[in-house]
Amino acid sequence: MNRRDALTRVALIMGGTIIGGDYFLTSCSSPESKEEKKTTAKKQEKPFLSQDQVAYLNEVGETILPTTKTPGAKAADVGSFMAVMVKDCYKPADQQIFLKGLTQLEQASQKKNGKGFLELDPAQRTALLTALDAEQKQYSQTKTREAPNHYFRMIKELTLLGYFTSEVGSTKALRYVPVPGKYDGCVPYKKGDRAWATT
Amino acid sequence: MEKNTYDAIVIGSGISGGMAAKELTEKGLKTIMLERGRNVEHIKDYVNANKDPWELPHRGGKTQQMIADYPVLGRDYTLNESNLDFWVNEKESPYVEVKPFDWFRGYQVGGRSLMWGRQSYRWSDYDFEANAKDGIAVDWPIRYKDLAPWYSHAEKFAGISGNRDGLPQLPDGDFMPPMEMNCVEKDVAARIKKNYKDRHMVIGRTANITKPHHNRTNCQYRNKCWLGCPFGAYFSTQSATLPAAVATGNLTLRPHSIVTRILYDKDTKRAKGVEVLDAETNQTYEYYAKIIFLNASALNSAWVLMNSATDVWPDGLGSSSGELGHNVMDHHFRVGAHGEMPGYEDKYVYGRRANGIYVPRFRNLFGDKRDYIRGFGYQGGAGREGWSREIAEMSFGGEFKDALTEPGQWTMGLGAFGETLPYHDNRIFLDKTKKDKWGLPVLAMDAHIRENEQKMRIDMMQDAQEMLEKAGLKNVKTYNNGYNMGGGIHEMGTARMGRDPKTSVLNQYNQVWDAPNVYVTDGAAMTSAACQNPSLTYLALTARAVDHAVSELKKQNV
Repeated sequence: MNRRDALTRVALIMGGTIIGGDYFLTSCSSPESKEEKKTTAKKQEKPFLSQDQVAYLNEVGETILPTTKTPGAKAADVGSFMAVMVKDCYKPADQQIFLKGLTQLEQASQKKNGKGFLELDPAQRTALLTALDAEQKQYSQTKTREAPNHYFRMIKELTLLGYFTSEVGSTKALRYVPVPGKYDGCVPYKKGDRAWATT
Repeated sequence: MEKNTYDAIVIGSGISGGMAAKELTEKGLKTIMLERGRNVEHIKDYVNANKDPWELPHRGGKTQQMIADYPVLGRDYTLNESNLDFWVNEKESPYVEVKPFDWFRGYQVGGRSLMWGRQSYRWSDYDFEANAKDGIAVDWPIRYKDLAPWYSHAEKFAGISGNRDGLPQLPDGDFMPPMEMNCVEKDVAARIKKNYKDRHMVIGRTANITKPHHNRTNCQYRNKCWLGCPFGAYFSTQSATLPAAVATGNLTLRPHSIVTRILYDKDTKRAKGVEVLDAETNQTYEYYAKIIFLNASALNSAWVLMNSATDVWPDGLGSSSGELGHNVMDHHFRVGAHGEMPGYEDKYVYGRRANGIYVPRFRNLFGDKRDYIRGFGYQGGAGREGWSREIAEMSFGGEFKDALTEPGQWTMGLGAFGETLPYHDNRIFLDKTKKDKWGLPVLAMDAHIRENEQKMRIDMMQDAQEMLEKAGLKNVKTYNNGYNMGGGIHEMGTARMGRDPKTSVLNQYNQVWDAPNVYVTDGAAMTSAACQNPSLTYLALTARAVDHAVSELKKQNV
């Protein structure tokens, strides 16, 4: 990315309310130093999310970005991506919201349907997430900058980011050319042609 | 001692240091280039240049660890996992902010030539005459005609792609074929031309080659320049000046070499060499030469001078003028506008152009008069939105996903870069109470923009909005995201050129008045800031100064 692009992009993101914005705006906390991290890393055998949790998030992600004529979020393993991002890029407070959110999502499913998310059929999953998405949208629009983030907004953002920047998303849902070799500033486009994965 | 003696020493290996080394060695001088950081080998050390985006675990984002380790770098887009190794370790090399100051440094062979923005513009006499006409600071000791042949020299070697636009405030150069505007940019450029007599939108002039040049492959339109280019398509020390210098057989490159001071000889009133602290071993060495080029980047070149010859001048070599470390300048920015372009749904682009458009300065020129002096230029571009946009009435699901796999509407943005005036009170100085990893005193920054820049920022925002609206864009929104000095990464002015040793640090050939065999040819030398990106001017000043130095050496004047 060149500098001007980066600036324009950040400006656009900051100007609008584009999903993924938080990803670019994550701010500072005081995590452990590098040295401490090295030692704790050795002790820390337990991964940040269990395999079951990753599989669960893949199912949630698949409802957000399902398989259509192109592969869905599960094929891109967005669950594993979320585990990495939440562990490395989220502040501790946001990590807690995310982890607690997995329970909250499950509770919301129990309350609405009398069973867990994995037991739901596709229509029920969509209905549940539609309600949660409406909830997070309303919450996010009115919340102050300092107020806690909504867990479902995190899941949705990470699903979109994880999917469209993955190999599956970049090459199957979008188009990716590693070395274009030339620039043409005006090529024909017809509805249905896929977007470029990178700019 | 003999083996530490060269004809010339170059301090720093970035854009201007690399050029100094190339010119000196090509003129037959045995030259040592001292670089404080590690070596970065062309291609081999561009570790992420050939990775696909999904190979980066955080897809280029920033982790909490990175945010903790790089508190300054994290203030802007610059903190990114893809080229983290090219940015200075902030814990090892701290500085003091009397006022907020963003200092984005690259301590390695190649310096910031590896990550620079590559926009390359000539200055004109509107810039070189500005201080004299406005009666501020001091007059530049040179005019455009003095530098024009050296601009050509630098452009022909570096390879600058651009269009000859025939604009007096942005002189044409010896360009490679220009890159192309996309269809929306072409339309906007035409509409700006129709609506304004003195405003123009041109394709950016960039140090990316558009045809093969000196064993370098032309730009492949990957737009990953700041990772280092395996094709050598953009100008950097590694791709261009270093191989040319090495080819002469006259160059010695010494990484891990922190120059702590220039050794000044009171009797001859000349520098005799430099003291080097080996950053790895902490051993101290001395190197000797007849000519010294100081190219450590604007603020660090001032730091070296402040630490030198303190037995003669307590505030350092070049401080007799009272101007060393003063007049810090930058380009203020993070202000502009963006909007949506209706139509063009049947048009798209192929390739990732590592360049944008440029709107040269139009304020306070050609009879225009504002309530501030000087002006600004815009950089920007148009493109179609990608997957991160919002889709109306859709939140998730199959239709949502399929809609996001298609490009969105066209948008265009203009971001301004404005001239900062040289204020004597904007200064840097040594803070001896704080030390870096090597026990060396660090710089303290005390600089901020003033009324002239603040007034200019209103135009920078509103003019962008007005031009985009007149060009047919809808829903145009302005932004002003605030600015700290240094954030433009165009630091300048801390050892300025001038006509009088009482009011300037350097003369018209970039020689330190108090030690004429020391030349400073990086951003420190700048007498005013103009609003164009400055690196091409450093290249031209450097080549001109080397030519002078070598001819003076032959005449035994230095």
